[in-house]
Amino acid sequence: MNETNRSDYWRANVRLVLILLVIWFAVSFGFGILLVEPLNAIQIGGYKLGFWFAQQGSIYTFLVLIFVYAARMNTLDKKFNVQED
Amino acid sequence: MDLQTLTYLVVGSTFALYIGIAIWSRAKSTGEFYVAGKGVHPVLNGMATGADWMSAASFISMAGMIAFGGYGASVFLMGWTGGYVLLALLLAPYLRKFGKFTVPEFIGDRYYSQSARIVAVVCLILASVTYVIGQMTGIGVAFGRFLGISYEAGIMAGMGIVAVYAILGGMKGITYTQIAQYVVLIFAYTVPAVFISLNLTGNPLPQLGLGGTHLESGMSLLDKLDLVVKDLGFAEYTTQVAGSSLNMFVYTMSLMIGTAGLPHVIIRFFTVPKVKDARFSAGWALVFIALLYTVAPAVGAMARLNLMETVQVGEVGTVEGNLAYEERPEWFKRWEVTGLLKFEDKNGDGRIQYYNDKNAEFAAKAEGWGWKGNEMVTVNNDIMVLANPEIAGLPNWVIALVVAGGLAAALSTAAGLLLAISSSISHDLLKGVFMPQITEKNELMAGRIAMVGAILLAGYLGMNPPGFAAGTVALAFGLAASSIFPALMLGIFVKRMNNTGAVLGMIAGISVTMLYVFQHKGILFIKGTEFLGDLPANWFFGITPEAFGAIGAVVNFAVAFMVAKVTAPPPEHIQQLVEDVRVPKGAGTASDH
Repeated sequence: MNETNRSDYWRANVRLVLILLVIWFAVSFGFGILLVEPLNAIQIGGYKLGFWFAQQGSIYTFLVLIFVYAARMNTLDKKFNVQED
Repeated sequence: MDLQTLTYLVVGSTFALYIGIAIWSRAKSTGEFYVAGKGVHPVLNGMATGADWMSAASFISMAGMIAFGGYGASVFLMGWTGGYVLLALLLAPYLRKFGKFTVPEFIGDRYYSQSARIVAVVCLILASVTYVIGQMTGIGVAFGRFLGISYEAGIMAGMGIVAVYAILGGMKGITYTQIAQYVVLIFAYTVPAVFISLNLTGNPLPQLGLGGTHLESGMSLLDKLDLVVKDLGFAEYTTQVAGSSLNMFVYTMSLMIGTAGLPHVIIRFFTVPKVKDARFSAGWALVFIALLYTVAPAVGAMARLNLMETVQVGEVGTVEGNLAYEERPEWFKRWEVTGLLKFEDKNGDGRIQYYNDKNAEFAAKAEGWGWKGNEMVTVNNDIMVLANPEIAGLPNWVIALVVAGGLAAALSTAAGLLLAISSSISHDLLKGVFMPQITEKNELMAGRIAMVGAILLAGYLGMNPPGFAAGTVALAFGLAASSIFPALMLGIFVKRMNNTGAVLGMIAGISVTMLYVFQHKGILFIKGTEFLGDLPANWFFGITPEAFGAIGAVVNFAVAFMVAKVTAPPPEHIQQLVEDVRVPKGAGTASDH
């Protein structure tokens, strides 16, 4: 693999990580802590929305983030031909 | 069959299972001893990681902390799961690609410096030893309370079991027993939760039950709980904060970064065959962890509601509203014996008044009813999970199962920590620094001897817990967050980072964190040496000492960048090493150690 390819692969990886970390931050620190009061005005079933994000929703989102990362990176590995043999 | 016999039977058969696995999975090489020969299936590794991570604290204490902390306890739920996102995206795949055996080994190679490796070993041992003490005391308590043997004998029994499979099998034995322990602990945790959720809400899924309707009152469960606690002067369950929003923010961040930086969790990702597996395995680990962590909030809220309604049987302020002490249920009596639940009839009326006497407004009103202070003087966090099956009236085999589950959680975490400690001694210190020429056979023997030493040390500290045992858990997370995580992340993402920057960064991060903890909790936690006092007024922006690791990490990053900017860049072959770690290709060859 040549140098440009290598840096393109790395740049795509960092970009993906940044996007996922923005979501990671938003659901936990954003919805679960900083915006918890306004969100608590919204009710989902028996849950206040902010409380739900803090004790349930953020955990489910974390799960999705890791699997999306793993799947996207596999595609990226193949696209740049850097996957393991 | 009585409870004690049944408990012996259930705990005994799980122990027989662990020993059987140990004999089947003996380690024959250092590769098997340190990283299970890198042949663990990613889903199974996820399961083992779940057991490795979920300790006596997660299993026994967390639901109780949620029960009394309400929304404020969300810091533990988000902090201890969100760390896996950082681990999966920023560390695990790259460290697996690097393909070595220990965390200090990466730091030593990447920063081309033995002193960096030794600093990392010191951080690792400090963090892991403090953790292991907590597991050992958990084992002693569980044995002592349910199996009727002494605390010391309980710890010795636990040490004996761990010794068999950790010495024989190393990482390989630990991995396969952790998988069995995960199954035991998750079953033990969810069965009572399902029954309690069914009882209260009619919904068998605790995650939905928590947001469901409270059958008895027809209100939503959380609204009912808010009402019940507020009626007795406590803070509203769904909105009570831990300190302040800022403190919760920093605390959550510290737990997340600390989780991602704990060596015994990181080394689990060295055991899978490929980089691709390391990515997925982190996801599976979180699946198995989330099974417990999404149930815990339901267990906490429902246990709190059950507890309040047991004591406050009728309208607040009426005489009949309070349970007569003579009519207290059986489980109440059983837990009074242990001292974890304590009643004191302050106004001598023979009835139990359980309310928040720190709330001045409510306490004044309560005085009008002849209440003379909160009479439930001790309600220990830990009884919430342990007494749950009894409170819900579940059969004895469920109680026995919960005991086996608590022991599985403590044993699996202890084993993972002991391996992290012994491998850093035999591989990083002995082979890496003092005897580079040691043969593989002798290193394997040294690993086993180090394991014996680590087990004896842990057992000794478990039996004679230093006065600061509880406080040091905060320090373990603080150390991991402020030293190990930044050094690893910078090593992968910043090619320009050199050894001076990384080492000074680690030292600055640890120093700031320790200084802050010590100035509020006492130097080495010795009472009387805390020069600022553990008072909220003296906290930096109201941040509790437990929550300070994230600040330490920021200091680490800042110092590392500034120092690296004014010192020479790392040599060419190190920059090449960083390039190699960043792409999966070639992981197979890299793993031939």
